[in-house]
Amino acid sequence: MEERPFSDIAYEQYLKEEKLMGSRCLECDAYYVPPRSICVKCFSSDMKWVEMKGQGRLAAFTCISIAPPFMIDQGYNRKNPYISGVVELEEGGRVDARIEGMDPGKPEDIRVGMPLKVKYLHREVGEKRETYLAFEPL
Amino acid sequence: MKKNRKLGRGVAIVGAGMSKFGMFKDKDSKDLFADAFREMMVSVDKGFDPSEIDALYLGNFSNDYFMRQSHWGPIISDLVGIAPKPATRTEGACASSALAFREGVFAIASGFYDMVLVGGVEEMSKRTTEEVAEGLALATVPYEGRAGFTFPGVFGAVATAYFAKFGANREHLMNITIKSHNNAPLNPKAQFPITIQDLMNKKKESLKKREGTAPEWQTEKDFLGDPRVNPVVAWPMHLFDCCPISDGASCMLLVAEEIAKNFTDDPITVAGLGQGSGRGFHASDDLTYFEATRYAAQEAYGMSGLTPEDIQFSEVHDCFSIAELVHIEDLGFFKPGEGYKAVEEGATRLDGLKPINTSGGLKCKGHPVGATGISQLYEVWTQLRGQAGPRQVPVSDLRIGGAHNLGGTGGTCTFTILEKR
Repeated sequence: MEERPFSDIAYEQYLKEEKLMGSRCLECDAYYVPPRSICVKCFSSDMKWVEMKGQGRLAAFTCISIAPPFMIDQGYNRKNPYISGVVELEEGGRVDARIEGMDPGKPEDIRVGMPLKVKYLHREVGEKRETYLAFEPL
Repeated sequence: MKKNRKLGRGVAIVGAGMSKFGMFKDKDSKDLFADAFREMMVSVDKGFDPSEIDALYLGNFSNDYFMRQSHWGPIISDLVGIAPKPATRTEGACASSALAFREGVFAIASGFYDMVLVGGVEEMSKRTTEEVAEGLALATVPYEGRAGFTFPGVFGAVATAYFAKFGANREHLMNITIKSHNNAPLNPKAQFPITIQDLMNKKKESLKKREGTAPEWQTEKDFLGDPRVNPVVAWPMHLFDCCPISDGASCMLLVAEEIAKNFTDDPITVAGLGQGSGRGFHASDDLTYFEATRYAAQEAYGMSGLTPEDIQFSEVHDCFSIAELVHIEDLGFFKPGEGYKAVEEGATRLDGLKPINTSGGLKCKGHPVGATGISQLYEVWTQLRGQAGPRQVPVSDLRIGGAHNLGGTGGTCTFTILEKR
């Protein structure tokens, strides 16, 4: 696999390519999603990229009615809330992500522990293309 | 294993003051700090000479953003007349002034200074709600922001994880809101000095006048369960689970313990200090507790030789109702997963076994973020000196109280134990 730096910039770039990537420590085998360039278990900087399967379970969520400006720009507000969540990946480790495919107006129907699969939300911002990590029910 | 840290020499609080908290059109940060400083001066029982203050440590999160003015250390040292003595600003999001307090304690404990002014200030209400939300969100972890998380959103997610693990629900969080609102009318500095019961009755009256009929709320929980008066912000966080936008200032006068009796016969001693830092939400070991709070608590208990049972009452960072619940467990007052039951049984009420947030907490007292940490310590100081009036903890031998402050989404947490010796 090509050598990209183990940075947030590279992580975001991979998301644009619809890959959920983490870094694995070649010394102690610990891995991190999002990637770390320094292993916080053994302090080695010897890393390699690993691709996640993109499946996991919902660990926590919230349905947000009072949105920040960049979400308001995407059409979200009190009448049109959205879901953000924390997803526990099948390989272990967790990521923050948008949660799609469920009704943010019915939070009682959303269950912590439910199985999810990855989805990539692409958005054009001027000439730039942004990608947000998301998950939806499996 | 972690060693128990000690101060090089003892440090005592001999004066304290805070402004009223609220949204003030006609007062700025300097006016508010002046209010706090004047009260602090009067509170020093035997008086003191302000020109003997060696240095200022000032907590401020983001007046840079809120007021488009940075560099508040020298503005405040000039305001209170101690310039050109050194002024240092500390930033730890909503825990900024707890860090100022800590740095002030270290500066005296090291032997370098004998008398230090510590304080905090924040002026937030001149911005719109959306702007304040954006300003506060500067203190989240970048991955959280990109996933659309707001501050209430992160704590909403903590609540869903807690509910799923321990079987609690929204009603348990309402108990916390109701309790804080019961304490607030007893605190003359509070931003919302009204009980939920009184608020409900007022709202009934006004709706009856306006629309001819009043809603059929019987209990406080009926009221809090009605989305017309308590709309969702970030499920399950509703309006009454969230602290308000506030302006305010707080300060304290610290001296070496060996000279404390020159200023008062009732100094309050710094018994334990703890501070921890947190990893992003996604990287935490568990979503139902705050690692940084647990670390800070361990450090403070280790230094003081005290245990959670010894803490007779505590201010606890309740930026959201769920935060108070999780933290009373993290501080060791209740076992993990049992805090909500203790709250339901009344243990955290003013007359309970472990009164929490006798001031009304951030929820009702207000949360001018940079001023909050020292305002919590102000409440502990006031209680320990027996000067809390109608909200005085009803225990004859009140000697030990705690204050827990949290910044960001758990990135900076402190726990401070004060003792009357």
